[in-house]
Amino acid sequence: MKVRSAIPLVSVALALAVLALAAAPPASAADAIDPAADARAFQKFFTTKFPKLKLEDFVNGPYSLNEDMHRQWVEKEEFPPYEFSLDMGKEMFAQPFKNGKSYADCFPNGGIGIRQNYPYFDDKEGKVVTLELALNRCRQANGEAPFSYVKDEMAALTAYMAFTSRGKPFDIKIPNDPRALEAYETGKQYFYTRRGQLNFSCASCHVQNPGERIRAEILAPALGILNAMPIYRSEWGSMGTISRRFTTCNVQTRGVPLDPQSDEYRDLEYYLSYVSNGLPISGPGARP
Amino acid sequence: MKMTRRLTGRNRPIARLVLATILLTTMLQITRASSAQAAASVDEFKAAYAAAEAANTQAGALRNQWTVTVSTLADAKKAADTGNFDAAVALSKEAEALAKASIFQGTSEKDAWKAQEIR
Repeated sequence: MKVRSAIPLVSVALALAVLALAAAPPASAADAIDPAADARAFQKFFTTKFPKLKLEDFVNGPYSLNEDMHRQWVEKEEFPPYEFSLDMGKEMFAQPFKNGKSYADCFPNGGIGIRQNYPYFDDKEGKVVTLELALNRCRQANGEAPFSYVKDEMAALTAYMAFTSRGKPFDIKIPNDPRALEAYETGKQYFYTRRGQLNFSCASCHVQNPGERIRAEILAPALGILNAMPIYRSEWGSMGTISRRFTTCNVQTRGVPLDPQSDEYRDLEYYLSYVSNGLPISGPGARP
Repeated sequence: MKMTRRLTGRNRPIARLVLATILLTTMLQITRASSAQAAASVDEFKAAYAAAEAANTQAGALRNQWTVTVSTLADAKKAADTGNFDAAVALSKEAEALAKASIFQGTSEKDAWKAQEIR
């Protein structure tokens, strides 16, 4: 009798437990890495924040956010400050190595019109490969010394390669490989992590405050920020690579920068490029 | 009254001697104390600098060092090289505090970054 009366109670308890489990999302689902959902949310955030801008306008950074600056930019583009670097890059790209081979031998399609596919995840190495890294690996494979990642030669080469891809939308792939997803997530974490004595993350400026001034500069939105790389910066008085941009940002927050092309920076570039998928390559660019 | 008269009168040389002895002893004690303090500062600097360096290394393991920690450590070393151990110790302690703040930041941001994410 006692057992019989207990059966309904146990059944009710079990049913309630099942309902509770079904209602609460599992922890793994909440933390699941979903780059496509991230990219949608990322692009929606910026297009909502700046409803007057077309998606492709974001690649022009602060010039799209301020009317006066936009006018300056249009005039600047008549004699763009990156032009010397572009010419230098074109010459360098065509110049054969001592062994007779050239950069064209290292890249698909002879290196022309491929910028939008970098960085990519190399499944053999299990890591992200950026264009800058691939260029230096090409040099080293052909017996040449690598270039500095933050100086003029690398900027010139990437300027030329970006120029041949102008207008092509970023098309970064994240293969269904846990290592690729982990690299993407590490890049995302780096982007949102506060660092340096000033306690700034990349997002503090480029998500929370694009369009606002920091000292004399107007902050660029994170969406499309790498599409214009490399850039001639008036502040620097020279061209700058993505590596230079990342390390300089870290120093500005009073953080010790990592080595250029360290895993974290490669992952950061992977993340930032992926969430700008669909936006056209506009590099080389110019910035104040 | 008598006592005063005695000291200021016939026994004045003795009083002067006692006074001079007291002064000399005091001066010697001050000199000894200063020497002891300077010697302690060298050791204190070494200990303070080592603690700051250790904390900064820990921040490095978190990939989260601060430029100000590095420059403050360099300033501490410069001060020690010129023999200014008081400043060297103070700068080392400042560097350690900065390094500990960067460790705290690096540790807390391991989860805190998610609060900033666009979802």
